Order: sequence, then structure tokens, then C-alpha cells
Amino acid sequence: MSEWETVIGLEIHTQLSTRSKLFSAASTQYGAEPNRQACGIDLALPGVLPVVNREAIRMAVMFGLAVGAKVRTPCVFARKNYFYPDLPRGYQISQYELPIVEGGEVEIELQDGSHRRIELTRAHLEEDAGKLLHEGYAGESAVDLNRAGVPLMEIVSEPQMRSPEEASAYMRTLHGIVTFLGICDGNMEQGSFRCDANISMRQKGEKELGVKVELKNINSFRFVERALRYEQQRQIDALESGKPIIQETRQYDPGTDRTRPMRVKEYADDYRYFPDPDLLPVVVDESIQVELAKSLPELPQARKTRLIKQYALSADLAAVLVQSRQWADYFEATVEAGAGASTTARWITGEVFARMHKDSTELAEPPVSANSLAQLLKCIDSSVVSNSAAKEVLAAMWKGEGEAEEIIEARGLRQVGAGADLDQWIDQVIEAHPDEVEQYRGGKDRLLGFFVGQVMKASGGKADPKQVSEQLRIKLQSG
Amino acid sequence: MDLTAETVRGIAKLARLRPNPEEEQRLIQDLSAILEFFAQLSEAEVDGIEPMAHPLEVDQRMREDEVTEPDRREDYQEIAPDAREGLYRVPAVLDSD
Amino acid sequence: MHEQTLLEQAQALQDGEVSSVELTQFYLNRIQAHDESLNSFVTVTGAQALAQAEAADRARSASEAGPLTGVPLAHKDIFCTRGVRTTCGSRMLDNFVSPYDATVVERLQAAGMVMLGKTNMDEFAMGSSNENSYYGPVHNPWDSERVPGGSSGGSAAAVAARLAPAATATDTGGSIRQPATFCGVTGLKPTYGRVSRFGMVAYASSLDQGGMLGVSAEDCAALLGTMAGFDSRDSTSVDHPVPDYQKELKQPVDGLSLGLPKEFFDDRLDARIRASVEEAVAAWEGQGAQLVEISLPNLPLATPAYYVIASAECSSNLARYDGVRYGHRCADPEDLEDLFCRSREEGFGAEVRRRIMIGTYALSAGYREAYYDQARRVRQLIRRDFQQAFEKVDAIAAPVSPVLPFRLGEKTQDPVAMYLIDCYTIPVNLAGLPGLSLPARPVDGLPTGVQLIGNYFDEARLLGLGAAWQRETDWHRQVPPGFA
Repeated sequence: MSEWETVIGLEIHTQLSTRSKLFSAASTQYGAEPNRQACGIDLALPGVLPVVNREAIRMAVMFGLAVGAKVRTPCVFARKNYFYPDLPRGYQISQYELPIVEGGEVEIELQDGSHRRIELTRAHLEEDAGKLLHEGYAGESAVDLNRAGVPLMEIVSEPQMRSPEEASAYMRTLHGIVTFLGICDGNMEQGSFRCDANISMRQKGEKELGVKVELKNINSFRFVERALRYEQQRQIDALESGKPIIQETRQYDPGTDRTRPMRVKEYADDYRYFPDPDLLPVVVDESIQVELAKSLPELPQARKTRLIKQYALSADLAAVLVQSRQWADYFEATVEAGAGASTTARWITGEVFARMHKDSTELAEPPVSANSLAQLLKCIDSSVVSNSAAKEVLAAMWKGEGEAEEIIEARGLRQVGAGADLDQWIDQVIEAHPDEVEQYRGGKDRLLGFFVGQVMKASGGKADPKQVSEQLRIKLQSG
Repeated sequence: MDLTAETVRGIAKLARLRPNPEEEQRLIQDLSAILEFFAQLSEAEVDGIEPMAHPLEVDQRMREDEVTEPDRREDYQEIAPDAREGLYRVPAVLDSD
Repeated sequence: MHEQTLLEQAQALQDGEVSSVELTQFYLNRIQAHDESLNSFVTVTGAQALAQAEAADRARSASEAGPLTGVPLAHKDIFCTRGVRTTCGSRMLDNFVSPYDATVVERLQAAGMVMLGKTNMDEFAMGSSNENSYYGPVHNPWDSERVPGGSSGGSAAAVAARLAPAATATDTGGSIRQPATFCGVTGLKPTYGRVSRFGMVAYASSLDQGGMLGVSAEDCAALLGTMAGFDSRDSTSVDHPVPDYQKELKQPVDGLSLGLPKEFFDDRLDARIRASVEEAVAAWEGQGAQLVEISLPNLPLATPAYYVIASAECSSNLARYDGVRYGHRCADPEDLEDLFCRSREEGFGAEVRRRIMIGTYALSAGYREAYYDQARRVRQLIRRDFQQAFEKVDAIAAPVSPVLPFRLGEKTQDPVAMYLIDCYTIPVNLAGLPGLSLPARPVDGLPTGVQLIGNYFDEARLLGLGAAWQRETDWHRQVPPGFA
């Protein structure tokens, strides 16, 4: 039963974060009114011609360099011919025989901490199609071409993943790489990062690949794992009951957690690829490659290692921080502004994350700057505020009520330190409970909690319990 | 070389054309004659010759990444056969993906 | 007035002998009087032309006029003109009013030139006789029973009949040079990349090139100087300096070597045309040119290679006409496939559909290697042949067409026979070289022509040779009898 081996390869489509489209100077900004960002070139008016966006080429080269791939120069744009209402030219400008990136590999980390290398076949540039809308058009469909021409980089892996978990880890790893490189915003809900997964089964030890099924358009790490898990089981069940696997394209439905076949097109596609005669071979100068190689940012894996070393963070905390470049940057900026590394890491992955997720409005970044956060965290480390009071301060800062110090003062949250007040409260409590003092001194250590409670009560909650217990211990012993 | 009706129908489908039976006959005839005319290409001695993509050996020039196209939706949709509320309309597309 | 060349008219405007409004009105009147029989225009833009002429006259009185300000011309209906219908000779674009101007249109307009209208053409520039237009055939002004050539038949007929002093045109496999010869006018197809293709409706992108038809080589030089040059909107346009072509025209012929490829003077060539071509060649020899016999061995394969490549590219270029965003849409489509198939079947004419079919086939799985890739290898061989030739000679002289203008309907039943008419012009497009067609001694009252082929960006030399020949002859100044 368990002699099946799963073979998975992924094709990941990343939307490159250029301002303008791959072949036109129309905006790529998300969320515009339909067709307001579709210019004559995107609409394929008669006579218009494409011109390549330099930034898209640079981004693809950066990716190639980051994964140790070969940057092919010259590379060539080709036409992929097919008819569809969201494809205005009747062909998609893509790359076929001579893609810009060839080879390369990434290292993935699995749940159990083990590592695996996955090789890439290639990465090529192509333009996105428009969007078809089906609901509410009186039995018709409607076409919005704002997305038509937006630059995509399709990253194709070798069929080297052996489990849905590996596929998901691979997808996460690539997500980290492209977002750390700053070439993709990684927004999966808006479709900036999505994948097609190919999966087949074969007997262990078998060299030949089994019949593969393609799962289209998966836009979450969780779904890729679930979809593949379902598909894996479906294929094993079929094979074990002697049914052949049909080579087909299936779609994953998160609602039912199943895959189902997509409608088969009436006539098999024959894309008739050929080099686009409107475009010339793209040469990437050696000097540009050298320049880009120098300016490559630190990638997640390397950054994690460095965070652990430089800030003595636990592997777990570091892993959470490097899930996005934004948070890793935020962490380092906060520490840079004077906050302690371990407090910062705990607060960002704790309170800050919780607030980011709690806010129903989508926040691209926290409303509290790294600098402001650092001021608050410094107050914690120097016991100016207690942990619990600091949470209240952060909440106020989140709402824009001011800097940490102002809020602490305004709300009287300053924690009472080892000053006169604390001494006074402790003395009062000791005086008021002679019996308990006796018992404590007689060896009943557990009573310390009782004294702390009393002092806290006397302070109106302002005292720092840690300090209270330290002072109490000294006073009770010395008495 | 004579094309079959089936081949001609297959190409027409790929090209999104729909010849009527009479035209189909004419196409079989014409395309077969043209392909026969093309057959002489195989006589060329092309060992070691790379297919030529372009008359000039020039590299692609590139555009800076700037948004310079204004919104001209109204102009563009004025010439559309069927555009409503800013959207191009087509018969229902069934195989959504 | 219509017997003048474009440059003579420009001079007259400059000297104040005539206003642009007068000149423009004069041509509009000639179009009105003569075009019904010729059918050389699809659209005449009278009101707009007069408005542009008035603006030109104002510019002149404000001393802001350039050398071509106020001179009228016609545009082939393949160039997009903002606010003006741009049909490309097709039912598909019968209702297409372009929302933008082609670079060529923009440049000529910026020079102050006045657009008279849009000229008829073979649908999507596919044809050699102008019989493939949705707007009916154009008639040859020298003999209305005969074709004017194609695909720029409207432009050539209009210039020959002096309904316009000059016209823009395009040449993918001979579409400027062949109609120039059939109509007895001068036509230049520049080097590929010399003139921007932006806004020129594409037929076969790696072969299409914009150019012009005029009365004289000098007129073509003046227009080329305005039209040529780098355009950031066309990736295939070349950033190469634009010389002062009119100044270059005065270069002496003496000492130039002129190649005569034997493959162009084969038995396909009508002996009478051959005599006219040889007369022109002898004239250049008389002016001091040295004649050199050369060979372009792969030339016989040019025509099939061209039709494979052009058809393949056209099958893809014309996929955008799907009835969704502009152009013809069939009535009451049943479903999406019906919308696509019926809109295209109805919108395209027979020859266009034929080329889309053959191109689709040539690119399809299993055939691409044998047809499309093989044709591109042959194309490489042909370019190489030319490159080797230009190591030995400064320019090449050849016929333009193997046949005289033929009768309407004579060749419409045999596509391959029609394709072979372009056998002397096609090789030039495959290599991407410039080619100039000049009127030569007529045969039985029908025009003939001689072709000059130059090295890349060597238009000036061709135009210089052309001007030298035209200083000795007046074939180019002859106006067809009915249009005197």
C-alpha cells in the first residue's frame, strides 16, 4: 500500500512589482475601475507595438542571480497563440525556447527542521491576461483588461518534490525570495503570487514518471498542501483499484476540499509558438549582471542565520521574523533604535502581529514606526512600565494617540520603581501583617506571593511585581 | 501534397474561421497547391544555418518603467461593438479558470 | 499645376504663387472628377484637408513654414489616422475610426503636410493587384481594364493620375515597388527599421516597411527625410542618423559599381521589360557607373520562403480581430466560438483567410520545422547572398515585375501564379534592404520600371541614382492620357 512515490513540480506565477506594464506604459496598480488602465497597446489596437520594460528584465535577472541560475543573454520573447476574450492580441507574449533564467536551485526547510534542495528548470517573463467577469451580466461575460500586460515571471521547478508538505515549503521559500528581492509584493489574495502544481504517482524505485495531473491557480500555501494531499490520495485510490489516471487539468475547491476536472476544451490547444517579430533579442550586459549581483539583498535563509547569530534569537523567533522582509526589517530597525533584541522579537511576533491580524481593515504596515516601538520597548526593559501597562500603551499608540512617553505620563502608567513609594508600601504591608511575617521568616516561603499581592494592591497596580518581590525578599530577610 | 478536409477543418478551428462547404473545397484545393509550391524549400542546403528571425542584427531597446499612458477608456470604448459600464461584453464564457 | 512634382509645388507655395488652400482644393477637385473611375480613395477628408491647408497658410504668413508645409498628400489606408476611418481595405475595419495617429502620419502632419484622404489597398496589404479590397478594385490609370498592382494600388494610381502629388505606402513583399512600376510612378521601400511601423496596421511584422510613392526620386527623398528616424514606440525602428537625402542626391554616379544579378534576368522576365531595364542600366553606365555581373544563388527560393513567413506572421498578427474590442462583430453570436469564428469569417476576405489558414498550418505542431523554420533558414541564405554581393557592388539594378500590368480578374483564380509576380521584389524584403522602383520606357503604352536595391541604410545612393536617371529621362513626368 505504501510503495507509492509522489512526484510534484510547481509552476509559480509571480507578478513583478513594476509601475508600468511589461510592454506598455499603462499603470499596473491594483483595484482601478475596469479598463481604465488598459491603453491602446494592451487593447491590441491595429498598428500598436510592444516595447519592453527595462525594470521587468532587471527583476528577472535579480531572481536568476539570487537562485544561482544562468541568466540567458540574449533571451527571446515568443508568441503563444490562442484565442480568448481576455487575451486582446490573440497571442500572449511569453518566452519559449530561450527564457531569461535557466536552472538554479533553492533550499527548502521542512517542519522537522530537515533541508532539501529543489532545482529549478527555468524562469521566464510573460504578460498576464485580462479578467473575465461572469456574475451579473445577464448571461453574458464581461472583460476587464486592466490586468492585461502586467508582467509575470513564471518559475518552473523540476519535478523533485516528494510530498505536499515539500511543495508547500517550496512555495513558501520562493515567496520569501521574491519578496525579499523586492520584485513581487507577494500578495496572494490579489493573485500576485499563485501556482499551478503538477502531480503524478509512481511505484517506488520506478524511473518513469506517472501520468500527471495539473492543478490550476492555487493561491495559498495551505491550499497547495491540501489540494495536493487530496489529489495524491485520489490518484493512489484510483491506481490501487486499477483505474488509469487521466492526464487532465483539475481545479481545487477549498470549500469542499476536493479537486475536480476543469472543462476540457473542444479542440486541443496548439499554441504555435514563434519568436515575436515585433521584439528583438534582449541582451543583458555583463556589467548589469555584476551590478545587480552586488546589490542583491540578503535572502530569507541567510537573514535567519544572521538574526540568530547577531541577536541571539531562537531559531523559531527568527523563522517567524523572516517570513517577510517587512518584519525582518522592522525588527532590525527597532533594535537599531535602541530596543533590546529579545524584547523586540517577542513583542513584534506577539503583540504587534496580533494587532495586525486583529484589525479588520487591511494594514500594509504597522501604524507604529520602528522608532516609536523602540521607545516603548526601552521603557519595558528599564521597568518604566510594566508589561501589562505597555500593552495598553501600544494600543494607544496604534490609535495614533502619541509616543510612548506621552501616553505613559498622560495615563499615569509610569511604574513605580525602587523609590520612596515602593519602600513605603512595603513597610506598610510588613507592619500590617506581623503574623505572616513571622511565618515567612519561619520558612513559609509561599507567603511571598501574599505580600506581593498586598503591595500591588497598596500601589494601585502601578508597581512592577518583579521589583516588588525582589524588594520584599530583601526586606523580609533583613528584618 | 493534398490536404484532407479534416486537416483543413482543424486549421480553420485553430484560426477561428468557419468556411462553408463550398469554400472548404476551394481551400483544400488552394492550400494544397500552395503547399506544393512551398515544397521546393526542402531543396535548400541549410546545414548549419540558423533560422533568421530579423532582418537587422540589433538588440532590443528598453523602456524606462514609467506610467505615461493616460486613461482613455471612453475613446477606446466608443469604437467597441459592445461595451457597457466600462466593460467589454461577450457571450458567456463557460470554462472559467 | 498637377504636372508639377511635389518639390515644385513646395517651391510654388514658398514663392507665394499658390496657397495651400488653392492647391488642396485643386486636388480635391481632381479627386472628385476622376476617382469614380479609378477607385483609388477609400475616404476623402475634404473638410479636414482644407482646415489643415488654412493652418498651413497661416503658418506660412507667420514665417513658421517648413519646406513641405501646405503640400497635400494621401495616406495609404493602412496608416492609423486619429478621428478618421482606417479600414486597411477590410470589412473587418469598415467601422474602425482610429483613436490615435501612426508615427508616419504624425511626422508628416508636424511638417505641415495636408492629408487629402486615405487610399485603397489590398485587404491588410495582402495582394499584388489591388483586387482584394473590400472597397472594390482600383483601376490602372493607364488602362482602366488593368490592375494598378498591389497592395498599395490606390496610392500608386492616385499619384499616377495626379490626384495627389505623393502618397504614403507600405511594402511587405513589393507592395510599393510593384504598383509604382505598374502605374509609372517612383516608389521607395526603405531599409527595414528606417521608418517607424507604429500605427501601421501589421501584416507581416518582420517584413513590413513604410515608404512612399511620388512623381520623382527627389520627391521621395524629401518625404523620406521627414518620415524616417528612430521611434521609441517601435522596437524594430533603428536609431541610425537620418541624412539630408536631398543633398545626397547630387552625389555623382561616376565610379559607382552596379551589380546585375543573373537570377533577376531569367526566363520569367518579359523580354520587352528586359529591354526597358537594360536601357536604364545603359544610361547609368553612360554616366560612369561600372556594371558587374553578380549572382544571388538562393533567389529562386525567395518566393516560397516569403509566403511561408509572411503567412505565419499574418496568422498571428490578425488574431486580434475577434469582434470584441473594435472592428466587425457578427450579428447575434450564439456563443463565444460563434462570435470569434463568424466575425472573422465575415470580416476577412478570401485571400486574407487563405493566408491565415496557410500561416496557421505552417506554424502548427509537426509542421513548423519543415515550413516556418526552414523558410527562415532560406531567408538567412538570401540575406547572406545580398551581403556578399554588396562586398562587390554599390547597388544592384534589376527589374521590378516580370510582367506588364495584367487585366483585372486575369490571375485571381490562381493564387500561386499571383504570388510569383512578386518574385523580384520579395528578396529585398527578406533581407530587409532598401529598394527603389523607377519608371522606365513603357511597352505598348503600359508603364514598366527598373529596380535599384541598396545596402542597409543606403537609400541616399539609390535616390541619387534615380535622380540621375530622371534628369535624363521624362518617363516619370508622363501623365496618363485620361488625366492630363
